[in-house]
Amino acid sequence: MITIQHINKSFDGKQVLKDISTMFTPGKTNLIIGRSGSGKTVLLKSIVGLHEIDEGAIFYDDRDFTKMNHKLRKKLRQEMGMVFQGGALFDSFSVEENVRFPLDMFTNKTAKEKQERVDFCLDRVNIKNAHHLFPAEISGGMQKRVAIARAIVMNPSYLFCDEPNSGLDPETSLVIDELIHELTVDFKMTTIINTHDMNSVMEIGDNILFISEGEKSWEGTKHDILHADNKKLQEFVFANKTYRQRRDEKIEKNN
Amino acid sequence: MKFFFHVGRYFTLLARAFSRPEKHRIYFRKLFVEVEQLGLDSVGIVAIISVFMGGIITLQVAYNMSSPLFPSYLIGLGNRDTLILEFSSTIMGLIMAGKIGSNITSEIGSMRVTEQIDSLEIMGINSASYLILPKTLAVVFIFPFLFVLSVFFGLIGGLIVGPAVGAVTAPDYINGIQYLFNPYYVTFSMIKTLFFGFLVATIPAYFGYFVEGGAFEVGTASTKAVVNTNILILVFDLILTQLLF
Repeated sequence: MITIQHINKSFDGKQVLKDISTMFTPGKTNLIIGRSGSGKTVLLKSIVGLHEIDEGAIFYDDRDFTKMNHKLRKKLRQEMGMVFQGGALFDSFSVEENVRFPLDMFTNKTAKEKQERVDFCLDRVNIKNAHHLFPAEISGGMQKRVAIARAIVMNPSYLFCDEPNSGLDPETSLVIDELIHELTVDFKMTTIINTHDMNSVMEIGDNILFISEGEKSWEGTKHDILHADNKKLQEFVFANKTYRQRRDEKIEKNN
Repeated sequence: MKFFFHVGRYFTLLARAFSRPEKHRIYFRKLFVEVEQLGLDSVGIVAIISVFMGGIITLQVAYNMSSPLFPSYLIGLGNRDTLILEFSSTIMGLIMAGKIGSNITSEIGSMRVTEQIDSLEIMGINSASYLILPKTLAVVFIFPFLFVLSVFFGLIGGLIVGPAVGAVTAPDYINGIQYLFNPYYVTFSMIKTLFFGFLVATIPAYFGYFVEGGAFEVGTASTKAVVNTNILILVFDLILTQLLF
């Protein structure tokens, strides 16, 4: 479980995050949604420590991340996996080397054990016959799946995904969403996904945090969204005509 | 103020880069890769530039010492000392700042803008150490060898050009490059190359590591890195010459 309390963050005097508090539960896909520039990525990067927060506290289970020294943070980070927006695979490494890299750095497993783990993770994300290809030689969807394989190779307790569907076609996006959801449930990870993809919200949004202009504007589940009494959220989620129609039909049906 | 900000951040980065590596074996393997990519791949250009440099210095010395009062073997001596004292260390350092320095900035800068550095940090890896330490050690290690190669090829260049244009005979030239040899000149230049190697690796690494934006900014950072490295090489050349002579 990850708990954040009263997080404030500003850049050059401009406040980007304003007093955000919430809880991200394990075994569920926790989504952070909001318009571009609303502070989603800053919040995610603050939670993982890539940005230092100005005020507030971040707890990984009972461990106060904000009070940890560099050494303790490094240790905790070995329990984290992160999928970046562009995949962030190492260009000079093959697919297999990318996934094996954390194992090489932090474990004393034998070459055979590492290979088994790499094969398992690549198999889990459905990557076949691409072990020796380089990131530039595979598609965007495959890159994301390799990035997920690399993120889970150390068996993390916490998984972070920054816009995992950006730049992907709707079908591949769905595959990625389902994959992340399955892995979250299977491995009981605390997963936080940063997205503005409404398909993801409706498909896998177990817990949803809506950020608007750096503030927590709404919190709930994908089922609550339909009836949420929040104008900004309604405008954001149902900006698409199809979604709006579907919502109205559903509300009508319920009435 | 901005100058002090950069100096402070540069030394903070160095402190992180030279901290204890996570796994020595991986860093050691990376060191060899860097020696090959940054050092061995530079041998060709060092050889070509040095041959021309040696040939041109020989011609210049010959044209400026055309008086019968000067024995022609001094042309060889002039070429040798110029190469050892300045050209094969300082000029080669400036050229390598362009070749190796821009390579380091663009590689690390591209990793920064594509979030690969963030990815290393999230894994719990000291990205500064992982990316900068092996490169710095590789460049500092390879620079003295490049210096020796440069002197060798520069002397060969003089031997080819001098007799070819009739400025000096081959025996006189060979006699000249052995005449009044002061081994301290080599020691002095070796010390300089170690400093230059350190600057050529760490300053571009600094500019690459803190780049913000996209491809355009990486290009700008590369240019800034090369310009700043060149200036600092010349500043250190002046300081070291004053200190070591």
